[in-house]
Amino acid sequence: MLEVNLARRTPAIRPAAVASAGPIRIAPETGEGRLSFRAKAKALGGREDVAGFAVDGAINSRKSDGDTASLRLGPDEWLFICPEGDIDDAMSAIERAMDGAAHSLVDVSHRDVTFTVSGQNADAVINAGCPLDLSLDRFPVGTASRTVFGKSDIVLARVGHHDFRVTTWRSFAPYVHGLLLDAAKDYAG
Amino acid sequence: MLLIRCPYCGERPEVEFHCGGEAHIARPDTPAEMTDADWASFLYYRTNPKGLHAERWVHNHGCGRWFNALRDTVTDAFVQTYEMGAPRPDAGNASSTATKAA
Repeated sequence: MLEVNLARRTPAIRPAAVASAGPIRIAPETGEGRLSFRAKAKALGGREDVAGFAVDGAINSRKSDGDTASLRLGPDEWLFICPEGDIDDAMSAIERAMDGAAHSLVDVSHRDVTFTVSGQNADAVINAGCPLDLSLDRFPVGTASRTVFGKSDIVLARVGHHDFRVTTWRSFAPYVHGLLLDAAKDYAG
Repeated sequence: MLLIRCPYCGERPEVEFHCGGEAHIARPDTPAEMTDADWASFLYYRTNPKGLHAERWVHNHGCGRWFNALRDTVTDAFVQTYEMGAPRPDAGNASSTATKAA
């Protein structure tokens, strides 16, 4: 049988899970699979989801369902998240669901590293490098957007009042991790 | 910080954007039939107005989309932003969507 995935996957860079000294938890997520999905409205034909991933959310929103999530980053761009082991199945299912309609689907699991930033003042820690207004009325739970953090491009998602996910390219990860830890020192002890 | 209204994402900080020069400059259909002077005019000559200026901007640290903006080059105020392909709006009735420096 034809081997579908010829590329040998090496483990993604996973910075040491250094816990900050204070009440804010900053830790790399492990075992998370990510898919970059792009399709025009015409190709989607008004459907609400593609193989279980929601595509009907507003721009800059995050919809989650169990251990999967769908982040709408632009008019025709989504970031789908599922367990790393389910990636190949999810890709096949999305290909089947799109049924030949024009779209782009790329496995970016190993391109990105995601950090959990949670705890009281997590928003202030992110604001150390991010210019967005992270007050609850402007950036409510369920918001997700690409933005900047210091000198790095990130995807920021708010999954709870004091619970954020910061996704960045793996080569930027040590920088983002370091800046987050440095910002969290203000709230240590 | 200056806020810019992205037509797709709403008001966002200036550092997420990048300017792409003057808008509404159509590439000639038949460059081979143009004179050198006309081609140079298309390539290099811009209006550089004092006042309202239609520009291309890209929300590259956001949705990644290009859009057009009507900006006052004297005050740096963004009067209006609008999607690519839309005609240049009449600035007179655009004040309702004005974005000011905060």
